[in-house]
Amino acid sequence: MTTATPRSGPVPGPSAPKPGPPPGRQGQPPAAGQAAPVRRFDEVPMTGAQSLVRSLEEVGCEVVFGIPGGTILPAYDPLLDSTKVRHVLVRHEQGAGHAATGYAQATGKVGVCMATSGPGATNLVTPIADAHMDSIPMVAITGQQSRPLIGTDAFQEADITGITMPVTKHNMLVTDATEIPRAVAEAFHLASTGRPGPVLVDIPKDVLQEQTTFSWPPELKLPGYRPTTRPHGKQIREAAKLICAAKQPVFYVGGGVLKAEATEQLRELVELSGAPVVTTLMARGAFPDSHPQHVGMPGMHGTVAAVAAMQKADLLVALGARFDDRVTGQLATFAPNAAVVHADVDPAEISKNRRADVPIVGDCKEVITELIDAVGAERANGSADLAAWWTQLDEYRSTYPLGYDWPADGSLSPEYVIERIGQIAGPDAVYAAGVGQHQMWAAQFIKYEKPRSWLNSGGLGTMGFAVPAAMGAKMARPDAVVWCIDGDGCFQMTNQELATCAIENIPIKVAIINNGNLGMVRQWQNLFYSERYSNTDLGTHSRRIPDFALLAEAMGCVGLRAETEDEVDKVIQQAMEIDDRPVVIDFVVGADAQVWPMVAAGTGNDQIMAARDIRPLFDADEIVADDATASTQMTREA
Amino acid sequence: MIQRHTLSVLVEDKPGVLARVSGLFSRRGFNIESLAVGPTEHPDVSRMTIVVAVDEFPLEQVTKQLNKLVHVIKIVELEPAASVQRELLLVKVRADPGVRSQVLEIVNLFRAKAVDVTPEALTIEATGTADKLGALLKNLEPFGIREMVQSGMVAVGRGPRSITAAAVRQ
Repeated sequence: MTTATPRSGPVPGPSAPKPGPPPGRQGQPPAAGQAAPVRRFDEVPMTGAQSLVRSLEEVGCEVVFGIPGGTILPAYDPLLDSTKVRHVLVRHEQGAGHAATGYAQATGKVGVCMATSGPGATNLVTPIADAHMDSIPMVAITGQQSRPLIGTDAFQEADITGITMPVTKHNMLVTDATEIPRAVAEAFHLASTGRPGPVLVDIPKDVLQEQTTFSWPPELKLPGYRPTTRPHGKQIREAAKLICAAKQPVFYVGGGVLKAEATEQLRELVELSGAPVVTTLMARGAFPDSHPQHVGMPGMHGTVAAVAAMQKADLLVALGARFDDRVTGQLATFAPNAAVVHADVDPAEISKNRRADVPIVGDCKEVITELIDAVGAERANGSADLAAWWTQLDEYRSTYPLGYDWPADGSLSPEYVIERIGQIAGPDAVYAAGVGQHQMWAAQFIKYEKPRSWLNSGGLGTMGFAVPAAMGAKMARPDAVVWCIDGDGCFQMTNQELATCAIENIPIKVAIINNGNLGMVRQWQNLFYSERYSNTDLGTHSRRIPDFALLAEAMGCVGLRAETEDEVDKVIQQAMEIDDRPVVIDFVVGADAQVWPMVAAGTGNDQIMAARDIRPLFDADEIVADDATASTQMTREA
Repeated sequence: MIQRHTLSVLVEDKPGVLARVSGLFSRRGFNIESLAVGPTEHPDVSRMTIVVAVDEFPLEQVTKQLNKLVHVIKIVELEPAASVQRELLLVKVRADPGVRSQVLEIVNLFRAKAVDVTPEALTIEATGTADKLGALLKNLEPFGIREMVQSGMVAVGRGPRSITAAAVRQ
C-alpha cells in the first residue's frame, strides 16, 4: 500500500498464468485512494456494518455512489459518521455504477458503488457489465437478504452473485462478518490489479448487523489469482526484431495502455521506432492527437489513414488492445499481410480473435519499457526505412482528412458543435460521451492530448453512460472542467443524475447534441433500411418534448440553448464561466448528419467509405470497380 | 479437426464454483461432454475432470478463460496415452433365471460386477474407459436394458508426479 495508483499495488507470484505454489500471503491490499501507511488493527469489536465502512476507509476508498434500501441499511448508519468516505446519493443505481466508472476512468482509482438487494442490485447490472467490457476497476457492494431468508424468494431478494457471474471479474457472498475486511480487501485487489474489472461483494443484512471484530490488514486468500505482469524476455526481443525489420509497421494502441499508466513510455517507444500509431476508441488520449506519428482512430468510424495503415501493414504491434470486431471489421480480411505482436496483461485476449505471431503476456507499462530497451539495442544493427510507408500514409491523411459538411437545410452541424467544445475547453478538460453518433463525433473531432481525458462506454455501448460518468469524473477531479457530450436519446436515459449533481455541488457541463432522433440507428436506417425510419424520431425536435433547457432548470441546473452557428461559441463560453451549478446546453442540430468514414457492419475494412460510396482502399485495388455493384453489395452485407 | 480433450481442473472448494465453471463453458459456446467433481487430498481443493470436444485453438481459449476464474487454481490437460481415464457405469439388465448365466458370463468377461440380483433383473457395476463401457452395453442390449446411469470421466496422470502437490501448498 504505497502508491496512489491501484495497478501498482503488489502483484503476487511469478510469471506464468497459474504457476507454482501460491504464496501463503499475497501482500497488502492495494490503495484505492491516497497513499498512506497501512494501519494495523487487531480484533476491534464492532458490527459487520462498521467493519465494512472501516474496511472501505482502510483500503483508501474516498467516494461511494449509491442508494440505501432495506438490506443495506445497516451499512448506511456508520457511513453517516465516516469522515473519510463521502457518499453521493444518486437517483438511480445505474447512475451509481456509471459514476463509479467515470471516477475510475478519470483517475485510475477503484470506483465504488453501493445498492440494496433485489432491484437495487439488479439496477447495477448494466454498469457492472459495462465496466466488465471496458476493464474498469470497480467494486460494487450490495445488501442481501438475511441468511435464513436466502433462497426463499424473500422480499427484495435477488441472486445477484448468480446474476452478475458472467459480467464481473469476480464476485462473492459474505456469509460471516469476520470475513468482511478480507472480502473488501480482496475485492479492491482483484478490481485493480492484472486486467482491471468489476468485483461485486454481496453482504446479507444479518451479517452487517451481527457483532464481530475488525482486524486489518487482512490476509488475502487468492491462490488461483496470479496475474502475469512481467513480460517474457525472449518474446520482447522477438518483438523488437520484428519492429525494427518491418517496412510498414503500425502501433495498435488500446485502453490497456491507459490503464497501465504507460503513455509516456508509449511515446518514447513510438518516437524511437518512427512507426505510425492508431489509438482505439478506448485509447483516445493515450497518444497525443497532435503528434505527427498519430494517424487517428481505427475501426468502423476510424480515419481512412488509420484503417488503411492497419490494412496495409506488414506488422501490427497491439498494445493493450483486443482486436474487437468494431476495429477489425470482417476478421478474415483484416490486416491480411500483417504479422502480429500482441501484448496484453490478460493472456486470454491474445490470439482470441487474431492469431498472434509474438504473444507477450504482461502489463503494458513493463512491456513497453522493456521494448524501448530492446528496440534501442536492435536498432544498433539497423532498421527498415519507413519513408515510403509514411509517403503512402501521408497521402491518405491529406486526401481523406476527417471532415464534415454543414447540413443543406441550414441547420446546425453537430460536428461543428463538438469541435468547438473541444477547441474552447481544450486538452485539459475531461470529456465523457454517451453512445451513438455524438460519441463517434466526440472521438473524432475533439483533439485528445492527455490520458484520462476521454471517458466512454466502448465495449458494451451503454446509452445513458455520459451524465453519471461525467458526475463521477468531476467528483474525482473537481478542478478539471468536465464536459458531458450526450445525445438526446442517451440523455433521456440517465439525466436524473443532474439533480444529484446540482444538490451535491458537482458542476458538470452537459452538451446535448439534439438531432431529434436516435441518430446512429437512423443513420443505419438511412443506409441499410431504405430510409424507413422505424421508431427513431424522439420528438425532441418536432414536439420539443422534453424541453431540455426547462428540464435542466427544473433540476437546479442552468439551461441554455443554441440553434445557430453564431450562438454556439457564446453558449459554450457562458457554460465555461459557470462553476457553481451544472449547465445543460440543448444544441439543436440537423437530423441528417452522418458519421463518416464508415466500415459497414460485416464488411471488410478495405470497404471503408470516406463518405457515401467513396471507397479509397477498395477502389484503388479494383480500379474499374462498378459503383452500382459495390453499393448493392454493401447493402446486402450490412 | 474436433478432438476430445480431458482437462483436470483444480478449484477452490467454494460455493458456486461449479456454476462458475459450467457457466463459462456455456456462455463462451463450448460444449462439455462430461464433467465430474470430487474432493482431493487437500480439504480446500476440489478436482474437476472435464471432457470437452474442441479444436486445438478453441481449447487454448477454454483453458485461458478457465484460468481467469479466481477460484480456478490449476488446469492440466491429460493425454489419453499418459493418463488413466475411467468412468463408472451402473446398468440394470433384464435377466430371468433362463438367461442369467449368459449375462453373468458377459459380466465376467468385462471384469464387471453384479451388485444386485432379483428374479427378473441384474444390476451390474462396471468401470473403464468409454470404449469398454460401450462394448459392455452393446453386449447387454439384447437382454434388455431397463435402466442405466453413468458417471462423468475421472482421470489421473500416469507416473509418480502429482498435479496437486505443486499447485497446492498451504
